[in-house]
Amino acid sequence: MKKVLLPELAEVIRSKNAGPYELTLDIIFKTEAIFAKVTAQKIITPELIAQLYQVPLEQVISVVEFPPARAIKATIVRPKVCGDIGDTDVYGAQQHAPLLGIEVEWE
Amino acid sequence: MSEREIRVLSPTAILGYGFPMASFEAGLERNPHVIAVDAGSTDPGPYYLGSGHSFTDRTAVKRDLAAMLVAGRSRGIPVIIGTAGGSGADIHLAWCIEIIREIAAEEILSFKMAVIGAEFAKDELLLRWERGEIKPLPPTKELERQDLEQATRVVGQMGMEPYFKALDAGAEVIVAGRSYDPAVFACFPVWQGFDRALALHMGKILECASIAAVPGSGSDCMFGYLRQDHFLLEPLNPARKCTTTSVAAHTLYEKTNPYLLPGPGGMLDLRETTFTQMDERTVKVAGSKFVAAEPYTIKLEGAKLVGYRTVSIAGARDPIFIAKLDEILQGVRARVDDNFGFLAGKFELLFHVYGRNGVMGELEPVQTVCSHELGIVIEAVAESQAHANTICSFARSTMLHYGYSGRMATAGNLAFPYSPSDFKGGEVYQFCVQHLIAVQDPTQFFPIRYEQV
Repeated sequence: MKKVLLPELAEVIRSKNAGPYELTLDIIFKTEAIFAKVTAQKIITPELIAQLYQVPLEQVISVVEFPPARAIKATIVRPKVCGDIGDTDVYGAQQHAPLLGIEVEWE
Repeated sequence: MSEREIRVLSPTAILGYGFPMASFEAGLERNPHVIAVDAGSTDPGPYYLGSGHSFTDRTAVKRDLAAMLVAGRSRGIPVIIGTAGGSGADIHLAWCIEIIREIAAEEILSFKMAVIGAEFAKDELLLRWERGEIKPLPPTKELERQDLEQATRVVGQMGMEPYFKALDAGAEVIVAGRSYDPAVFACFPVWQGFDRALALHMGKILECASIAAVPGSGSDCMFGYLRQDHFLLEPLNPARKCTTTSVAAHTLYEKTNPYLLPGPGGMLDLRETTFTQMDERTVKVAGSKFVAAEPYTIKLEGAKLVGYRTVSIAGARDPIFIAKLDEILQGVRARVDDNFGFLAGKFELLFHVYGRNGVMGELEPVQTVCSHELGIVIEAVAESQAHANTICSFARSTMLHYGYSGRMATAGNLAFPYSPSDFKGGEVYQFCVQHLIAVQDPTQFFPIRYEQV
């Protein structure tokens, strides 16, 4: 079984604030077929997001599949509230890099 | 219902972000019933609510508003501005009103303006807090008395109801404080008798203007046609189009859950929403529902002053310095702590190292530095600007001349792009209120006054 990296399958991989206290991660896949195949494997789980973002599982608010947009959306509690002292990304727009290394099994 | 459809023109994602006049005129050719714009966001962080400044530029805001007001007046259609001044407190509202009056004088416009406030009095909030009427909005925690006491200002996100009142009173221009973004666009059609759920869902997309198109843009116009059982979205620049995916994907944007979008007085439920491509550039949306909540709640936002900031920006190119960076940062911190023991606990010293983990901090999964150069931001936050200056200055000079092991470049460790090397960042604010307050009447905390401009 060949493995491919998520950026090969997706057209959008992004992060953004969902209000000042949450960080939301969106993956929009290239086609419905790819979306179906990835979601069938149940790879992108709260456990994976917790591991990639080094947060406890209870800090992962939700991981939702959204077929109308061929998307998987995960939301976590922001490690630091937007604009708090020590925050490194006020808009939360550059926190998606850990998703780029996700591997998906592909035939 | 007097009209079969209501047409809404959204010129730009945030007032001041601009739009091509050709797109705006294409919108006017479609005979809109209303021009509406969202003027704010919490994304730029707590400083703007706390300090009372706008994150948008005055000249840019005036440029956008002038086009909207001239078009609105010449066509006799309302112009609606929500979350004026970026954060929507009274001081932001006053800033926006001054711009509106200036435009009216210059363009010789005359209209009845409704001004809707969204700032809460502290006494009122403390009273409500004591009665247990303010609840946390997860993931925030229970509100403490001191959060309210220390907040510079607290605003509430109004729903559509205060706008209905202003429309009832015949307002031709409505300028409102902090508002639930979709309400700014949905209020007019709902006031005209159209479906609340569809209007709010359309408003949710229109508030970001052409961000929901491909290619997306926050500074180009979007047009919405609301009908009885669906709405249509059409970008006004022929170079852009709406696709079912771009519109559906926008529902994800900045939200926790794409199916359930909570707002004032209830929740937009998109579990049965359908997206249909009508022509190459237009998408039809139907099936959105609204579930009313009891009691009606308003989201509060507040920010407090936590200190003053000074930063210094420098680069490092020496490979030995880069290899020894952890030792150096530790050493600099120890020298600062030792030298200013009498300020212990009254300041914070931070190092942001770009090229290593400046963007992601502790979340950065890549542990090895591969870059041949690093950018270093030395940041001090203290109880006064003078102390922030002191800590930043001392950390900068210490790092510049720090004698780490194996050092060859003994003349200096840092490359400063600027003189002066240190920048006063001024006041530092922190969000301290993000809670829900239950209300009996959705208009009770949003006073409206009218002004003949």
